[in-house]
Parts: sequence; structure tokens; C-alpha cells
Amino acid sequence: MTVYQILNESNLCDYYAIDQTPGVSRKHHIKRNYDFLNDSDLKHKLIDFTNGEKTTITFEIPQMHCSSCIWILENLYKLDDGIVSSKVNFLQKKIYLQFLENKTSLRKIVELLDSIGYEPQLNLDEKNEEKSKSEYKKLYYKIGVAGFCFGNIMLLSFPEYLSVSLSEQENLKHLFAYINIVLALPVFFFSSSDYFISAWKGLKKKIVNIDVPIALGISVLFLRSLVEIIFLHGAGYLDSLSGLIFFLLAGKLFQNKTYDTLNFERNYKSYFPIAVTIRKDCRETTIPVEKLAVGNRLIIRNNELIPADAVLIKGEANIDYGFVTGESIPVHLKNGEMIYAGGKQIGSAVEVETVKDVSQSYLTQLWNNKAFHEERESRITSLANTISKHFTFAVTAIAVAAGLYWLPNYNTAFNAFTAVLIIACPCALALSTPFTLGNALRIFGRNKFYLKNTHAIEKLASVEMIVFDKTGTITENGAAHVQFVGSDLSHEDKMLIKSAARNSSHPLSRAVFNFLDTVEIKNPDYYDEQTGGGIHAVIENRDVKIGSAGFVGHNRSNSGNNLTTQVYVSIDNDFKGFFSITNKYRQGLEDVISGLERDYELALLSGDNEGEKEKLKKYFAQNNELYFRQSPHDKLKFVQEHQRLGKKIMMIGDGLNDAGALKQSDIGISISDDTNNFSPACDGILDSVSFHRIKDFIAFSRTSKKIIIASFILSFIYNLIGLNFAFQGLLSPLIAAILMPISSISVVLFTTAATNIIAKQRGLI
Amino acid sequence: MSVVVVLIGASLLVASGFLIAYLWAVKSGQYDDKYTPSVRILFENQKTEFKNKKANDLNKKMEKENRKEEEKKNIHSNS
Repeated sequence: MTVYQILNESNLCDYYAIDQTPGVSRKHHIKRNYDFLNDSDLKHKLIDFTNGEKTTITFEIPQMHCSSCIWILENLYKLDDGIVSSKVNFLQKKIYLQFLENKTSLRKIVELLDSIGYEPQLNLDEKNEEKSKSEYKKLYYKIGVAGFCFGNIMLLSFPEYLSVSLSEQENLKHLFAYINIVLALPVFFFSSSDYFISAWKGLKKKIVNIDVPIALGISVLFLRSLVEIIFLHGAGYLDSLSGLIFFLLAGKLFQNKTYDTLNFERNYKSYFPIAVTIRKDCRETTIPVEKLAVGNRLIIRNNELIPADAVLIKGEANIDYGFVTGESIPVHLKNGEMIYAGGKQIGSAVEVETVKDVSQSYLTQLWNNKAFHEERESRITSLANTISKHFTFAVTAIAVAAGLYWLPNYNTAFNAFTAVLIIACPCALALSTPFTLGNALRIFGRNKFYLKNTHAIEKLASVEMIVFDKTGTITENGAAHVQFVGSDLSHEDKMLIKSAARNSSHPLSRAVFNFLDTVEIKNPDYYDEQTGGGIHAVIENRDVKIGSAGFVGHNRSNSGNNLTTQVYVSIDNDFKGFFSITNKYRQGLEDVISGLERDYELALLSGDNEGEKEKLKKYFAQNNELYFRQSPHDKLKFVQEHQRLGKKIMMIGDGLNDAGALKQSDIGISISDDTNNFSPACDGILDSVSFHRIKDFIAFSRTSKKIIIASFILSFIYNLIGLNFAFQGLLSPLIAAILMPISSISVVLFTTAATNIIAKQRGLI
Repeated sequence: MSVVVVLIGASLLVASGFLIAYLWAVKSGQYDDKYTPSVRILFENQKTEFKNKKANDLNKKMEKENRKEEEKKNIHSNS
């Protein structure tokens, strides 16, 4: 049944009227088998909640792309009676479904979604996302409370600002001051709790992070205000306190820009199927991949992934290891040969027997490496933390000095001591980092370079060595550079070859087909394609053979360099020559390499053979290290070894084979043609259209660091002015209430303006 | 001057009303998805309103049960 028929039956044809291009073309639709969704263990892992009757579940649907999608997915209840409600979150490409167990089933719903072209992505590894969401909500609560209290405290402090001092209003002032205390309590205990927790955690590890002076400043502000209001009938600094926390939290929110549709934490489980078909007692059943044991017989159909290392038992295996090595040309295997996990079968179904567990397979073993398990303390400390270490000691020293200076006079000594701590509270220091880096994160995002968090920008700024992967990273995915070697092809020859190649879906045939520039195409009278061999076609009584040297009957030893991929051609058994097919490098590669060469050490790690070594040497300088035939483990080891030499390494890769190196490196960037597609766990995702700007991105991250330093200097100037008052014991609440917001706001304005102006100058906006 | 005290009390009351409204909005998930509702509002459909209301009621019920379940789990894991 077509999608139109399904929709028409339920009067849902509005679907086609809402947006211009609804739906996804389903030319290559394969009917999938969802039997495994009846497995109750698996089902319980997928659903969010059930009470036996009603069940809620969240699906990720990457095909969602327009308003029609939202409409149809929210009208699902018209297609299936059992669905109570469906709600779409478009940015996260998720749908929340509620259904009645007695009327429908998980399997039916998945089949329905699949049949209308929205195949849900089923995997078991995204449950940890909820946690970060609730953290995010907490921040919203905290800002709301802080903002509310800040506004009201300011209002109630007005008499103080205007220094109205009529005797009858004295009582009113005290009342206001006490209300202020009540209002400040939630700010102090709830909104600012993160700073205390973080400072305490830091001190326990003997690290003086930026939150230590902040926590110190906040507590002194609060305690001194209490003392002044309760014992001295003063006004206190509660307005400054709540304002400060409000600004700090706003900075945190600004810094927390997240890319909802991107996922930086994926591992192999996201790409592997969650269920497999096995043959047991002569019957085919589907079982969850977790229950897969050594010795199971798997049935792998066209386009299915092999989840564990296995041995081929039956059938013609044509394995595409694109996921593992980035190499798109399938490998032909014979019975009894090993197939490694992560390979994808192309062609008819095959039977394999597993020889290793899923987690112990060649590729997946990578995730057992400790790089994936240890929460590694980043080797790059943030600038703010480095400075705060010295800052905190200096401020405490000054405060003590101020106290000692006034010492016989206890009152002034106390005033001066606390005032120094208050005024030196590094609010501007704490604000400049989130605002500068948060803005830089947005500027990068606009240029299709998506970083996980602001800390990644600081890591980017301290990079010393850049390691590239080859396939898919510096070469274009799917694009090939084709060259014909041999006698000149006549117009008719070209037509014959192109006609023969047209019927094959093999990547090499496609490359040859696209390379030949004739328009005329004839249908072959006879056509035969041999897996791992080539194409044999008869067109207009001419016998055309395209394929491996053996297939066309050519002795390959005299065709020279056999490291490139070659497709041989013979017409009427007359050998014509061969197409030499090499990867096509990304546009601007030369500029990228030559631009980076001057400032950074470069290296290339390729899973491929040395075929392109000479060609690549032209791009890279003499002293750069180029390694070939690197396994995923080798890549990880390479990064580790260079880190041991003290280098800060950036890894740029794309596939699962780079996952270990991406994780181990100081900053791992995954490059992708479609950012919604798979990318392994990394610190940032770079859209391939922005590949040529890598140098600009690193340069801009360094500039951001300089902007932060400049704003630090600015805030130190304010601190010096404030310290001047503080040291003399003259810090009145009014001066504090003016000086602190001014310094905060001017720092925020300075950093935002500076990042924007520089980004504009460099063409990043 | 006592009128000022009354006014302050009233203003705080109103303000806390807005604070509570804001906290409720965050809690009910209005800040989770800032894009989809802008599209959803443009769809013309009479029946969905009724459905959605039913769904919302159900949602709340489920959430409650969900929470209970989690609490139970927590108790189990603690003991």
C-alpha cells in the first residue's frame, strides 16, 4: 500500500497541502521484520512507562523535516485506534506516544510509522539524556527565583538609594530590610547552591576553581548584610547579592547553548541493530542483540549490519565496511572467512555463525578501552580557573592586610576586611568566560561547526597537533576521482561501457558510469553480474566485460601500480585498459593543510593501504607523519603516545574506526556530510561544507581567549576602584549597588561586542 | 504611612503569583520545546482539541503513577 492510500483512507490528505515537500521518497523501501518487538525484555527497555493498560514511549524519528511531518505524526490516532496521543518535539526529532495495550501493540505502531515513511530509530542507549534535561530545568527555576528576589529587593532598597531619612520612615526602612532578608534567603540557599557545591568539590580536590572566590564573596556579602541589618540597623548589601547571582546564572544559561538535534555521546550501540534474525532448530526467530551468544546462526539480509565477529557459512557475502574503515567499496568473501562486526551485507541474504560476543568483537572491543570509562580530568584547565587560583590568594591577602591596618579599631577593621572580600568577588571574571565563549559557540554554530560545550572552545585554543583521518575526512564520501589508463576509447566503446555499468549498484560501477560523458545508452541483451567479479553484458552483439583483472581475463602484473582500485575493461575479449579509481579530496584541502602547517604539527592516520601515499605527500610537508593500515586501536595508541610527550592533540575523524582516537584526544572533531547522521562520541561536529574553515575556527577560539583576558583586565580596573573604597572602610551599600552591576554589565557588553566585531571582520558572521 | 506597608504586601503577593506561574510553566515543560508549538498552532483541526484534553488528563495520571513507581524503585535500591 502506498503512503497516499493509507492517508486517504483516514481522510488525512491535508498532509500534502501543509508544506511544499512532505514525506520522504521511499524508493528503496525494504519491508522490515519487527518480530523482535514482541520480546518483552526488549520492549521494557524501549518504553518509558507502562501500567499494563497504557504505555508511553519516545521514538526518535530522523526523517522528520517539515510541518507536514508534525501534523501527520500528531494525527496518528486517526490511523490507529489504540493510540491515545502523540506529541512531537520537532527540534529533537522526537515523538512521545501513548497507546492502549489492549487495542494496539508496540510492534504495530512501529510498523505503522515505518509504513508511512517515518521509521523510528530504535536503540537502547539514549536514556541518560533525561538527566541533563532536569539539570536544565533546575537552572530555569534558579534564575526565576533569583530574578524575582532581585527585583523586589531593589524595589525595597529604594528609600536607601534616595537616602530619605525622615524619622517616621526609619521604622519602615527596618521593615524593608527585614523583608529583604526573607527575600534573600531563597537566593542564598537555593539559587546560589551550585557555586557552593562546586567550590567545595574543588577544595576537596585541592583545586581553587573560579567558584571558590565567588562562594567566598557571596557568603561574606550575606553574613555582613545580616550583621548590619540585625545589629546595626543598616541596609545591607542584599540587592548586590541577589543581582550578582541573577547575572551569574544568566551567564550560565547563555553558556549552555545546546544543539538539540545533535548527539555527542553516541557509541556503537546507536548504529548496531537492536535485534537480529537467528536460525534455531530450522526456524527463523528474532532475538534482541544483547541475547546473542557465540555459536548462534545469524541470517543477515541486504543492507543489514553484522553485530558480532562471525564466520560466513552460507551465501555470497559482499561486505561493506564503510562504517568501520570508511572504505565504501565492498569486500567479497567466501565461505569460512571471517566477517568483522560493523560490516554491512550488500546483496542477497547470507548465513553466518558468530564467533565472538558483541562487546568482544574486533571493532567493539575499542569501547572496552579505558579511554571510554574513565572520566578523564581534562588536561587543559580553563583560563578562569587558572587565574582564580592566584586571584583568591591575592584577595584574601589584601583583605587580611586591610583588617590588620585598622586593627585597634575593630569596627572599621571588620568593615574593611569584609568589604574587600565583597568588592573583589570576581563576578565580572565569572561572567566574561560564559558570555565570550557562549557567543563564540553560537558563531561557530552559524558556520556549521557545532561544539559540545564552551569548554571545547578553550580546548580548541590550546591545540598543538592536529591528526587527520583519511577516508571520509579529507576525502569526500562517495565521490571518486576516475582516470582511464589504456588505449583511447571510441565513442561507441564509451557507450557500451556506460550501458553495461548502468544496471549495477556497485559503487565502482556507479563511479565508472558517472565518469563517462556519453549520453546515449542502450539496453543490454544479456546481463550478468558476478559478486566480487564484475559485469558481463552483451549489447548490440558486442561482448562487454567490466570488473577485476581476473574476470576480464587480463594478466594484472604488467599494469603497474596495483594499490589504487582498478576496474578493467574488455570488449569482445580485446583488453582496452582500466579505470583507476581514487578518492576525491575535499575541496580546499590544499589550503587547509598549507594553512595549518605553519602553526601546528600535522599527522595523517589512514585505515587504507599506501595507495595514495605519494599523492598525499604532495599535500603534507616532509616532517609530517603519515601512517597507513591503521586499525582503530592503532589510532587510539598513536594519540596516547603523542599525549605522553605532552602534546595537546586535536583529532579530526568521521567513522566508528576513529571513535577511540576521538575520545582519547584532547579535542575530537567529527566531520559529517549530514550532521543529523551518525557521528561517534566527540567534542564537536563539523559539517563538511565548513571543512576549509578549520584554521579560522582555531584562530577564532584563540582570539576568544584573548578577549577573555582583556575583559579580565577591565574587571580588575573596577576591582581596584572598589578596593580603594573598601580598604578605607567606606564601602556603602549604594556604592556597592552601583559598582557591581556596572562592572558586570560592561564586561558582558564588551565581550559580546568584541566577539561579534571580530567574527564579522573574519567573515564568520 | 501604614498604607505603604499594605501596598508592599499586595505587590509582593502579586509578584509571587507571577513567580509561581513561571515555575509552573517550567515544570509543565513549556520551555522544553520552543519550536513545535509555533507550528502546531497553525493546524486547523476541531477534533484534536478534545483528544488533547483527554490526553493531557491521561498524561497527568501517568506522571503521578510514574513518580510513585520511581519512588518505590528508589526505596528498593536504598534498602
